[in-house]
Amino acid sequence: MAWLVIDTERCIGCGACLEACLYGALALEGSIAVVNERCTACGACLPVCPVEALSLPSQAATHAEAPISPAEARGVWVWVEQFQGRAASISWEMMGVGRRLADALQVPLTACVFGYSVGSIAREAIAYGADRVFLADDVTLAAYRTAPYAHLLTALAREHRPEILLLGASARGRDLAGAVATHLHTGLTADCTGLDIEETTRRLLQTRPAYGGNIMATIITPNHRPQMATVRHRVFEVPVPDWERHGEIISVTARLLEEEEIVTKVLDFIPSSEEVNLAEARIIVSGGAGVGGPEGFSVLRDLANVLGAALGASRAAVDAGWIPYAHQVGQTGRTVRPDLYIACGISGAIQHRAGMGTSKVIVAINKDPEAPIFDIATYGIVGDLFEIVPALTAHLRHRLRR
Amino acid sequence: MRIIVCIKSVPSTVEVQFHPETKTLMRDQVASTINPFDLYAIEEALRLVEAHGGNVTVLTMGPPQAEQQLRDALAMGCDEAILLSSPAFAGADTWATAYTLAAAIRQLGPCDLVLCGKQAIDGDTGQVGPGIANHLGWPQITYVSRIRSVDPTNGRIVAERLLEEGTEVVEARLPALLTVLKDINTPRDPNPRLLRRARRAEIPVWDESALRGVDKRFLGLSGSPTQVVRVFSPPRREGEIKWVTGGSPEEIAEHLAEHLHREGLI
Repeated sequence: MAWLVIDTERCIGCGACLEACLYGALALEGSIAVVNERCTACGACLPVCPVEALSLPSQAATHAEAPISPAEARGVWVWVEQFQGRAASISWEMMGVGRRLADALQVPLTACVFGYSVGSIAREAIAYGADRVFLADDVTLAAYRTAPYAHLLTALAREHRPEILLLGASARGRDLAGAVATHLHTGLTADCTGLDIEETTRRLLQTRPAYGGNIMATIITPNHRPQMATVRHRVFEVPVPDWERHGEIISVTARLLEEEEIVTKVLDFIPSSEEVNLAEARIIVSGGAGVGGPEGFSVLRDLANVLGAALGASRAAVDAGWIPYAHQVGQTGRTVRPDLYIACGISGAIQHRAGMGTSKVIVAINKDPEAPIFDIATYGIVGDLFEIVPALTAHLRHRLRR
Repeated sequence: MRIIVCIKSVPSTVEVQFHPETKTLMRDQVASTINPFDLYAIEEALRLVEAHGGNVTVLTMGPPQAEQQLRDALAMGCDEAILLSSPAFAGADTWATAYTLAAAIRQLGPCDLVLCGKQAIDGDTGQVGPGIANHLGWPQITYVSRIRSVDPTNGRIVAERLLEEGTEVVEARLPALLTVLKDINTPRDPNPRLLRRARRAEIPVWDESALRGVDKRFLGLSGSPTQVVRVFSPPRREGEIKWVTGGSPEEIAEHLAEHLHREGLI
């Protein structure tokens, strides 16, 4: 039994709802839309119907009142992520896109810098485009923890009512965004790859991939503020910092939780080698089943070292135990977007492509000319990776004098 | 200890494509399955109660047919299952979903731990876990790759979480909510001896009237701050593949390096 109700008097059989349905639950019979048992009542079809023929009947007619209304909310905010006193590059990517949105709305851009001894990051934020920085510098904020960060960001947003709040879609950014959106009772769109302002309404159009990148969806938060979004790594450019820019730094330490009120502690941190920071990597050398074993990855590691690249892997290689999970690219691993992705001995299953298909340039090296990875590769080499990769390493070492 | 695992019923494949002319989704009869990340959450819960005693309740919100995924979880060894299903929950975004699941968790009474997968493979948001934790006012530990220790008596858990720069070790007070990664364990197969029980188990179906204290305005589509306004096919990658060839691996390497140099990549 499907919950979706189709008003057959109104339906004009345009088929717009068929396109919006992610579950294949709608079809046209004659010139009327019909729904089958695959409907999950997700509601994605409702807004696309031009004649309002679709409804989920039990739904209340009015929306609950939002804590911060669109009419009173102004300004674009970016949360600046830092780790051990250094700003994450994704934060400056956010400042770039945040500046563009703020200019389109003709409002100031505010950076939120939380940490311990992070005054220099506040000054950096101004160079990267902030008009104003909320700086919370306190020992309770030294390492990221959900509760003190979420408490502070929520309190600031309640007081100052921004219309947009952006965070990087890093582990910390997604952790914090989920907490803050819950407390502010507002909409949050995860992992955006496109952000634009709809001029007439001032609304933020948030575009994101779903279904492992097989579908794109544009999402709005019409009645709640701030409109919150996390944004994927390496989608937006880091702006050129302007150290002459002026901005205001406001200290906000008054709103902090006491250490006794915080029920989590960071006990330890075990850094991983540079080669694992896949999210920020400009170049990734990645290996799959064709690598044949843990020792095979040493060939790829040599190439990665010459290129200053991170080392990735397919699920097949990780599941075989050849390389730790932290390296896994794909649907059950990390999503990456490097300038250059070199896939070695990776067949290119849909789940892998979901994690790397938006890389700018893809080089595929595979023995099998029919491997699906070649469907999305920019450059293809049919051959034995154990011959090609060492030759490439040697050539590049010579060429780049490394 | 009592553990609640939140799962989602998702399509068994995310390979969906639009028909180039009719612009409709081309999808054959796709089966539903437990979201892969949730299997790790179920497995971890079962291991914890095997070590510390207790029981595991599996919870999902979804259409009536999601009952099958709860039975699959019972066949793995979960003790009890609850299905949250009502037209009033339909169309919920992550805020409203987390609100509803949190209400059900409160309703289920005292518990030590809620486990979720890090995200679902259809929506890919990873927001419902943190949403539940914050509706409940509990600490959250997201992206957990290992639980080091649980001390139900003193109400403490220590877990490792995987961040971009490495692994962070976090201690939290119980009750807490964790979202787990694939790295944490290898999920067991359904136990053949439990299949019959799983098939016959009574699975309570809760609608909004079963949830005490929920504000009905915050449920389902009308309680969802976000709205999907457009769904479309992603842009195809541009350009044809360029095959890089040569008489020897060295020559191929040189040709490739030339291309990469011209692209400004090296």
